[in-house]
Amino acid sequence: MGTLPANSRRLDKWVEGGMVWVLRFSGWASVLVTFGIVVTLVTESAPFFGHVPFRRLFTDTMWTPLFAEPQYGIGALLAGTLVTTGVALCVAIPLGTLLAIYLSEFAEPRFREVVKPMLELLSAVPTVVYGYFALLTLTPLLQKIYPDLPQFSMLSAGLIMGIMIIPYVTSLGEDSMRSVPMLLREGAFALGDGKLGVALRVVFPGAFSGLASAYVLAISRAVGETMIVAIAAGLQPRFTLNPLESAATVTAFIVQVSLGDLPHGSIGYQSIFAAGAVLFLMTLGFNLAGHALRRRFHRAS
Amino acid sequence: MNPIPAVQVSGEKDIAGVEVKPEVKVEIQNLSFFYGRNQVLRNVSLDVPAYQVTAMIGPSGCGKTTLLRCLNRMHDLYPGNRYEGSVRLHPGGTDILGPGMDPIRVRMRFGMVFQKPNPFPKSIYENVAYGLRLQGMNKRRDLDERVEKALRESALWDEVKSRLHQLAHNLSGGQQQRLCIARAIATDPDVVLFDEPTSALDPIATSKIEELIVEMKKRVTVIIVTHNLQQAGRISDRTAFMYLGELIEFGETNRMFTNPAKPQTEDYISGRFG
Amino acid sequence: MLSVGDFIVLPSQNLRKQEARASRRRSIDRWFGRIGLLSTIGTLGVLAILLLNLAASGLARIDWQFLLSFPSRRAAEAGILSAWVGTILLMIVTASVAVPLGVAAGIYLEEYAAKNKWTDFIEINIANLAGVPSILYGLMALGLFVYQFRFGQSVLAGGLALACLVLPIVIVATREALRTIPAAIREAAFALGATRWQAVWHHLLPYSTGGIATGVILAMSRAIGESAPLITIGALTFIAFLPPAPILAQAPFMSFDWLFSPFTALPIQMFNWVSRPGEEFQSNAAAAGLFLMLITLGMNGVAILLRKHAQRNIKW
Ligand SMILES: Nc1ncnc2c1ncn2[C@@H]1O[C@H](COP(=O)(O)OP(=O)(O)O)[C@@H](O)[C@H]1O
Ligand SMILES: [Mg+2]
Repeated sequence: MGTLPANSRRLDKWVEGGMVWVLRFSGWASVLVTFGIVVTLVTESAPFFGHVPFRRLFTDTMWTPLFAEPQYGIGALLAGTLVTTGVALCVAIPLGTLLAIYLSEFAEPRFREVVKPMLELLSAVPTVVYGYFALLTLTPLLQKIYPDLPQFSMLSAGLIMGIMIIPYVTSLGEDSMRSVPMLLREGAFALGDGKLGVALRVVFPGAFSGLASAYVLAISRAVGETMIVAIAAGLQPRFTLNPLESAATVTAFIVQVSLGDLPHGSIGYQSIFAAGAVLFLMTLGFNLAGHALRRRFHRAS
Repeated sequence: MNPIPAVQVSGEKDIAGVEVKPEVKVEIQNLSFFYGRNQVLRNVSLDVPAYQVTAMIGPSGCGKTTLLRCLNRMHDLYPGNRYEGSVRLHPGGTDILGPGMDPIRVRMRFGMVFQKPNPFPKSIYENVAYGLRLQGMNKRRDLDERVEKALRESALWDEVKSRLHQLAHNLSGGQQQRLCIARAIATDPDVVLFDEPTSALDPIATSKIEELIVEMKKRVTVIIVTHNLQQAGRISDRTAFMYLGELIEFGETNRMFTNPAKPQTEDYISGRFG
Repeated sequence: MLSVGDFIVLPSQNLRKQEARASRRRSIDRWFGRIGLLSTIGTLGVLAILLLNLAASGLARIDWQFLLSFPSRRAAEAGILSAWVGTILLMIVTASVAVPLGVAAGIYLEEYAAKNKWTDFIEINIANLAGVPSILYGLMALGLFVYQFRFGQSVLAGGLALACLVLPIVIVATREALRTIPAAIREAAFALGATRWQAVWHHLLPYSTGGIATGVILAMSRAIGESAPLITIGALTFIAFLPPAPILAQAPFMSFDWLFSPFTALPIQMFNWVSRPGEEFQSNAAAAGLFLMLITLGMNGVAILLRKHAQRNIKW
């Protein structure tokens, strides 16, 4: 045996040991971020929930925490979020699923390879640009069809938001449909089924939990979207389920308050953290459900 | 070796020299097949007799699966594949490779059972009913009746009758494969194609399926690909030996295993290659 | 296409019915193919319309004066100088935090971490973090960076918020890039006596730069377009000055004062103009939007090409 280079080995050991700690810290940094979000939301909104009776969140019908006679009906904000998200899903789920089926079962592989990244660009467009488009292009267009549509409307914002989340449905959905084994499709083709029949009767059920996770993540994305609704759906909270009206969402309310002067600890300051806490809980629920479905899909296939 | 009878592609002579001409079900004429530029079948001609089990043997990669999948036009699912020649279905003699022939119609007449069990992610009942529904059967009573019949014919009824509406994936591998057989025969096809149906199964499940296949030929014509010579010997009436995309020899199974006409066949059967 | 002879000769009881069903299925498939193609083109068309729309009302505004002017009350004199300078400074902060931290976290999870419940916890956490709405990063930055750490409404607070926002993207991209490297490469390095870190530094990182770079570009393009978290920390103000320069003419030649300077950024400036009445401001908004679109779509295009290139070159 030759002699081992002892000194350099010792240095390597030190580097190794040091790097393990650096890397481990970085790994945990993401947990620190979550922790930061949760702690900030809790501590900054605590005074709000401290002096607002919990019951009034649900019994009040208006959300006007900054008024002299404040009202705390969070339902007014939730209605805005519900309607804009609903409109967006009416666009994104049918269209996104259709595109997923088409790309996975009908399109030539070469076509799919070109089109899929291009579709993904739809979710890379800055949301402020989408907001511009909804307010200054789509709304005037819709007003030609329906002249009474106000300048700000949940319909217009929701439609554009639907376009934005199409790639979430299509991309994840197409991935999970394509991971259904070919052997299964062949079994159905061998019985004389057509392509659409195989897609709907065999591939779709086989990929369902994958598709469901795509839908849920798309919902989460729509619930948390801010700029499109802040620009095009209006900033005034209003308890309405009519998409033809204007109303603020949870996120738009936060923007609206942030636009003004916002001293630390003021009631406005506290109220946006309260709205943020509600938003966090909603999206957390959707995200956890989405990932659970996705895991189930990967385990099943 | 005694004088070898001339290899005949259609018909067969018995020892007395009397023609025994079984009714032909599938008449394959000069069939060539290409995966893109790659020719995999060369001029195969073969008459598959009705109500018999025809086995296809040969070393791996010789084109058995490819030939089988020509018969129900499965190759049409993928781009770049090309057939030449003709495959006629009797009686009638329609060329199923002919221009204008709809692959979907062909597949409604040919059942197929695959190498691995591939039940759909649906209930046992819905698996068997799938083909029936495709053929336009919608009435619950008709469906019930035909599903039960198919499950009885595939010897699965007693094992699953109490859980028809549970997921098919909960069955064992052998049961799943019998379910796939039930699915394939439920629509009363003319021919059932088997592609190594037992290669993923244990010996007990295998022998059950072999029994089924022998039983089945009363009602349908069976073509089975197998790389297991004993299996071909046990269940088939006729055997086709393929090598490098060509049909080398085709004849009665017993005769071919005891007295092959071609040296390649003899080499293969005696285990000298493949 | 089908001759009459075809269905007379196939033996079956329900030939006509079968025939009709088969051809119906075929025509359904044909129709769905057309609908799918049209929908694909239509959906991509939205992107094209979006670009054309911005170009139609914004292109005329783009000139040197627009690039080199501060925002102004008069639309025709306003420009995006402080906005693009602010965006660049933000990106410097974001990249220098998110890239090292994200890559290191990716390495830790892929190469070091044991498969146990703590690692599971970190992974679930990252997956969830990726779905947290961007505005909540803004609220965190407002409570934590602006007030708790007293960074103020500064480039530093904004850059850190965006860094937290894109951290999951960098981590996931790093992990995916490392995962494509076969175990044999690691074993070869260990067999030569490399420590784990040496295997990472000499082999795994160099072989995965393509994938990591793709992820970093996508992360940065996401950060450039974000406005909600910047609005919540109070960045929507009238900024008619530039942050102090990072490089000085005399010793010590470097300054970090810019980190604590108030700022604006391209998407914020655009939002500001969108919400004002008047066509002139709207064409300013369109011009800023055109810039944003070209930057983000360009970066995404580069990322797509890079990914293709990496896939083509390395065949393990
Ligand atoms: N999809 C395909 N594309 C190209 N070549 C194929 C394809 N499938 C099979 N082959 C080739 O065709 C030949 C015959 O294959 P196959 O019919 O599967 O053989 P067997 O079933 O007899 O083992 C093999 O050489 C195989 O490599
Ligand atoms: Mg085979």
